[in-house]
Amino acid sequence: MSILADENTRIIIQGITGREATTFTRDLLDYGSKVVAGITPGKGGWEVYGVPVFDTVKQAVAKHPAEASVISVPPGMVRGAAFEAIDNEMKLVVIVTERVPRKDVVEIVAFAKEKGATVIGPNSLGIISPHKTKIGMVGGRADDVKKAYREGNIGIISRSGGMTTEIANLLTLNSIGQSTCISVGGDAIVGSTYLDLVPLFAKDPQTKAVVIFCEPGGTAEELLSEYVKENKVKLPIIAFVAGRFADEMPGVRFGHAAAIVEGNRGSTKGKIEKFKSSGIFVAEKFSEIIEIIRKNVQ
Amino acid sequence: MRLYEFESKKIFQTNNIPIPKGEVVNSVDKIQTQTPSVVKAQIPSGGRGKAGGVLFGKDLSETKEKAKQLIGNKIKNFPVSKVLIEEHVQIEKELFMAATYDTTRKLPVVIFSTEGGVDIEELAKTHPEKIVSRSFDILKGFQEHNAREIVADAGVKGNDLLPVSSILFRLVQVFLKYDATLAEINPLGKTKDGKFIALDGHIEIDDDATYRHKDLIAELGEREEGQVKKSTEFEKKASEIDKMDHRGVAGRMIEFDGNLGLLIGGGGASLTSFDAIKKYGGKPANYCEIGGNPSVFKVKELVKLLLSKKGINKIAVIMNVVSNTRVDLVARGVVKGVIESGKKPSETITVFRIPGAWEDEGFKILKKYGVPYCDRTVSIDEAARMAVERAGK
Repeated sequence: MSILADENTRIIIQGITGREATTFTRDLLDYGSKVVAGITPGKGGWEVYGVPVFDTVKQAVAKHPAEASVISVPPGMVRGAAFEAIDNEMKLVVIVTERVPRKDVVEIVAFAKEKGATVIGPNSLGIISPHKTKIGMVGGRADDVKKAYREGNIGIISRSGGMTTEIANLLTLNSIGQSTCISVGGDAIVGSTYLDLVPLFAKDPQTKAVVIFCEPGGTAEELLSEYVKENKVKLPIIAFVAGRFADEMPGVRFGHAAAIVEGNRGSTKGKIEKFKSSGIFVAEKFSEIIEIIRKNVQ
Repeated sequence: MRLYEFESKKIFQTNNIPIPKGEVVNSVDKIQTQTPSVVKAQIPSGGRGKAGGVLFGKDLSETKEKAKQLIGNKIKNFPVSKVLIEEHVQIEKELFMAATYDTTRKLPVVIFSTEGGVDIEELAKTHPEKIVSRSFDILKGFQEHNAREIVADAGVKGNDLLPVSSILFRLVQVFLKYDATLAEINPLGKTKDGKFIALDGHIEIDDDATYRHKDLIAELGEREEGQVKKSTEFEKKASEIDKMDHRGVAGRMIEFDGNLGLLIGGGGASLTSFDAIKKYGGKPANYCEIGGNPSVFKVKELVKLLLSKKGINKIAVIMNVVSNTRVDLVARGVVKGVIESGKKPSETITVFRIPGAWEDEGFKILKKYGVPYCDRTVSIDEAARMAVERAGK
C-alpha cells in the first residue's frame, strides 16, 4: 500500500492548458498516472495529449469520475479552483502554484476540513507513490523519475520539492525503496504538514519508516516531536534538518518563504533538540540517513 | 510588507478606529503641533521606546528639538527619515489586541489582553492567564459577538465592554479586508475621560496579496531604502541579472566574507549545500540560489558576477537531482561565465554537482573543459567536501 494515492487514483488537472501543466500532464501520462480529464474554463472541448478538457470540474467528473486534482493556475485563481475541486468531492487536492495569498490558503484549508479533503501545498511539487502513480511535477520526466525513485517501504515528507527527489535518489542508490513521497510545500501555511501525514504513514502497512526534510522557520517540527512523544509513535522517523547556518541570521529569509528564524522561534537548533528528546533520529550528514535506516529499520 | 506606524494608523482611521491627533514630518521646520507631544521615529521595527526612538516635548520648541535628535539618525540601526508627532494623551489604562494567523493550526487567531503596552510574547511566558487567544472560522467570518465574547472573557466589564469590543471587531475586519498577516494595536489606551484610542499600531500586509490592494500600495508609496537590510552592490547586480531574462530564477543573494563563490540550487538544496560547505570548513563568499530553468545567459552573467568579486578565484556549483532545470544549460552557462571572466574552467570550478534532466549532454560539456563533475551517486555533502578541499580553507 501507499498513502493518499496509488495506481487506482484517478486524477484531474485544473489549468491543464497552461504551459507548466501541459508539460507535467505528459510526464504523468508517461509515468502511468491515471489522468482522466483536464479543466480550463473556456477551453472545453480541447485535448491535451489525449486528455479531454472541460470548462468546469463538475462537467469533467460527470463523464470521468476522479478522486484527486492537481491545481496549476495563477495565484489569484487558486482559491476558486480549490473550492471547485473540493465542492465536487475531490478527496485529494495538490496545489503546485506558488505565491498564493495566505488568507486564501487558510480558507481552502477550512473548506477542505469541512468536506474531509486532504490538501497538499500550495507551492508543492506533488506526490509520488513509486511505480504506482505520481501527482504533480515532482521528479520531472518519467525516465528521470524512474532513475531516482523505486518502490519500497520508506515514506518521505519534505518541505522542499527538489530535496524530495534528492532523498529518494539517495535511498534508491542504496537499494532502499519508497512507499509514498510528498513535497508538502515551502510556504508558512500549507494544507498538510508532518503532523497530518505521519499518522497516515503510521497506519500504512507498507511503510516501515519515514524520512523528513526540515528547514528553519515555523513550528511544524516542534509539534511533530510533541505528537510523537504523546502518542508513543512507533514508526521510526529520520529527520534531516537543513539551514543550520540560518540560526545565526535571524530575520533573513533563505530559500522558501517559511524558512526564516523569528526571534527564538523556528531555529534549527530548537528543532533538533526537540527531535532528539522525542526519539526522532537526526541525520547529521545527508548520507547518514542511510546508516540510520540500516541500523534501526527492519 | 510591514507598514510604518503612521501608515497603520491611517488605515485605522479610515476604518473608524480612533487614533490620536498627529502629523508626520520629514523635517523639523514642518512641525506644527503646539500641545505637549510624543515624537516617534518611524522605523519598521518594534522596541523603539527602549532604543530611544520615542521622545516627549512639552511645547513646540521642545518637540522640534526632540524631532531633530531623531530625523537623520539611526534607531535600532534603521535610518529615521520621518517622525510621527502626536498629541500626548493622558492614559489611565493600556490594553492589547491583535489578529494574525496561527501557521501551525492554519487558522486566524485573535489575541487580547487587558495588560497592554508590554511585549506580548514576554507576557505570554510570564502570565499566560492574562491573554485570551481565540481562533475563528474564516469561512463564517468574525462577528461582533465573537469580539464581545473575547473581551468579556478577558474580564472587561461595564461601560468599557462595548467600545473595546467594537474596536476589536473593526481591527479584525481590517486584518481580513487588507490581507494582513498581522494587525495589532498595542497599546489601546483608555483616556481619563473613558475613551479608547489606538496609541500604537502595526500592520503587515501579505506580500503575496499586494496585487489585490493596488490603490493602498500606491497611496502608501514605494518602500524606502532601509526598510529591508540594505543590499550590497553584488546583491543589487544579481537582482538586475535576474530581471534581464525571465527564464529561471536567481533567488536569494546574500554576500559573505569568504573565498568560495557558490551557485546553488534554490529552496532546500541551497540550505543543505551551504550547511555542508560550512561543515567542512569552507568559507562561502556568497549565497546565490538558482532555480526553475535558467537560460545559459542568466547563469553566465551570475558566474561572471561571482568571479568579479575581489579574491574569488574558485566557485562551486551544487544542486539537488533536478527535474525542471536542464543540466546542460547550466553547464554551458557556468563554463562560458568562467571563460568570459578570463579564467580557466578546469581550475576555477571546484565541483559541478547537478544530476538530473539532460545530464549526459551537460557532463559532455564539462568533460570537454576538464571540469570536475559529479553525477547522482555523489551526495551533496560529498560534493561540498570536494569543493572545500579544492578551494582551500
